[in-house]
Amino acid sequence: MSHPSTYEPKTGLTRWLDSRLPLMRFLNDTIVTFPTPRNLSYLWTFGGILAFCLAVQIVTGIVLAMHYAATTGDAFSSIEHMMRDVNYGWLIRYTHAVGASMFFLAVYIHMFRGLYYGSYKAPREVIWMLGVIILFLMIATAFMGYSLVWGQMSFWAVTVITNLFSSLDGLIPGLGTSIVQWVWGGFAVDNATLNRLFSLHYLFPFIIAGVVALHIWALHIPGNNNPTGVDVSEKLKEKETLPFHPYYTVKDVFAIGVFAILFAYIIFYAPNYLGHADNYVEANPLQTPPHIVPEWYFLPFYAILRAVPSKLGGVIAMVGAIIVLFFIPWLDTSRVRSTRYRPLYKPFFFFFLFTCIALGYLGAKPAEGWYVIASQFFTFYYFAHFLIVMPVVGIIETPKPRPKSIAESIFNERRDPSSPRLVPAE
Amino acid sequence: MAPYKNSLAAVVIIASVITTSPISSVYAADEGTDVAYNVAKQDWTFGSMTGYFDRAQLQRGYKVYKEVCSACHGMKFMYFRNLSQPGGPEFSAEQTEAIAASVEVEDGPNEEGAMFMRPAKPSDKFPLRFKNDKEAAAANNGAVPPDLSLMAKARTVETHSAWYMFPVNMVTDLATQYQEAGPDYIHALLTGYDDIPSYQRDGSGRLTQVKAGETVPNAEQCVAVQRGEGSDPDVCTPLGDGLNYNRVYPGHQIAMVNPLSDGVVDYEDGTPATLDNYSKDVTAYLMWSSEPKLEERKKLGLKVLLYLIILTGLLYLSKRALWRDVEH
Repeated sequence: MSHPSTYEPKTGLTRWLDSRLPLMRFLNDTIVTFPTPRNLSYLWTFGGILAFCLAVQIVTGIVLAMHYAATTGDAFSSIEHMMRDVNYGWLIRYTHAVGASMFFLAVYIHMFRGLYYGSYKAPREVIWMLGVIILFLMIATAFMGYSLVWGQMSFWAVTVITNLFSSLDGLIPGLGTSIVQWVWGGFAVDNATLNRLFSLHYLFPFIIAGVVALHIWALHIPGNNNPTGVDVSEKLKEKETLPFHPYYTVKDVFAIGVFAILFAYIIFYAPNYLGHADNYVEANPLQTPPHIVPEWYFLPFYAILRAVPSKLGGVIAMVGAIIVLFFIPWLDTSRVRSTRYRPLYKPFFFFFLFTCIALGYLGAKPAEGWYVIASQFFTFYYFAHFLIVMPVVGIIETPKPRPKSIAESIFNERRDPSSPRLVPAE
Repeated sequence: MAPYKNSLAAVVIIASVITTSPISSVYAADEGTDVAYNVAKQDWTFGSMTGYFDRAQLQRGYKVYKEVCSACHGMKFMYFRNLSQPGGPEFSAEQTEAIAASVEVEDGPNEEGAMFMRPAKPSDKFPLRFKNDKEAAAANNGAVPPDLSLMAKARTVETHSAWYMFPVNMVTDLATQYQEAGPDYIHALLTGYDDIPSYQRDGSGRLTQVKAGETVPNAEQCVAVQRGEGSDPDVCTPLGDGLNYNRVYPGHQIAMVNPLSDGVVDYEDGTPATLDNYSKDVTAYLMWSSEPKLEERKKLGLKVLLYLIILTGLLYLSKRALWRDVEH
């Protein structure tokens, strides 16, 4: 821990335990006394929300697995059995399905918050990179989970995505085909494929949980970034931070409550809103659906895949869209963390946000006409933002004056004459 | 604020570039040549937060299914017992037993090892109409009648709105909890059998639709018309062999013959025996079979939301109390 431990075991048992396994000390230092900047906004609650999402997915997933049959003949009907005959099976299944969407919604907000406030910059590079690994694992897990439904869209998504490996034939003849057959466990997407997807879908969340532990560990070394991007000053630490508990536990739990209201609203009143009607048709290898569209959270990546005319190029671009995130800490040359004080970078940031949404829209459209050209434009900007804008703007920009400390920023806000809180009580 | 204005300006510029680009004209051309159809949103009892199934409607819908649809379509996820479970048509236990007993199902093997037929029990599944897809196709001119258990969730309505309406539609659908695109589509399909539109070809090869009621010599009947490029004549797609014209079905050529018309099923509860009522009733029944726990879900949802709102309100008050004297 980066802050000195203040834990004092009070009972005989905890003293005995503390000298053998300092578990209570660890918990006290990480979730009770952990000094947290006091100026965090609600955008900083998404870490807690994501932990909640992961827990919901694991708990509902374990119950679903008790009723699921991972064979091509029974997968679809075992899910219908849950929906119809298992007590509250419909609730557990809809929670899991909607939960995947909510998980991605939260993770994207969490990431854009990190991007906006420069939370990836030194000394937090490792936190960011672990986060990118989590995103990558989440994408894999969600994709495999969606395939387990074994509806038309599941089946064809697996077929299309696993077939992407065959583009490697362009590099070494036969390489791609061999990999595809190895992934499939045969010559077509079939029982062996479904079985391994199920096995890995059950495994990956626990790997995610492990990387999340590392992510949080790495967070606790430098501590939280904050909206000003200014470091907590050693001198003013007492004034600038608050113990995590109870201040941020209560704030996070309140935010989880708000998030849970939206989550519940979708589960109970629009459970199929985020899905595809085609996935209520059982998988049929002989009939291709007219439009094969992934779930909404993959659409930007799907748009990038289709924007590149060559298959191998598209695969490289799609994978590159995630790989490039690893290098952001070094691509951003600015000395300033928070975009608040970066007048030149700010419009680029919001245009990047717009780019991701536009790619999402285009990913849902057929790859024809102007959609392709628009996809190519936004794909170009997606990469240009990281590879050109971030390095160049960081060098040429003159940042706005920043507060010298978090304390000063809080104090200045109070001194602002327009602040209603300064109005004296009558 | 200046940077915000910059990014806003960028958005506006891009928006105007895209709206004036040929995307919009492509759609306009489509609408001009394709026979326009609108899937009208129906007023279903099972929409919205307080949605429920009308028992009498589900019972009528089941009758339509049994007397008409089940001649070709199976419902492989349905059991007779479902007909009497809460939240469904809620036939009485005796009625359900009688319905089940009216069909024979295969059981076995018996002690001699032979399969035998017996009257169905409530715990039996609805019998399948065909043994397999091959038999179904052979009996139906090559087309396999799809299973209807999940039909109301397995179909949707394609919307072709302009790109900038996308977020508006998204929020509207979520706020109004529009989950009835499937039922709307099925109702529109069942009422969408029509005469094939007639077209008249002018000197330059262009096809124009003949107004209803008019007769013209050498009219061409087309399920779809593709505009010829340049001076090429328009291409008329005639109805395929063994297919039927339906204005709602994608491509307008459907293998299913028009299954319903006024008076084909007797209603015993005084509901007018019209095509529109049959379509609505059987669609409601199909929605129930797709989502048999819909009522339970919507009722539980209100309680869960109420609980979460109170809990979150209390959490907010706790948060505020704790942070009141903390400058942040």
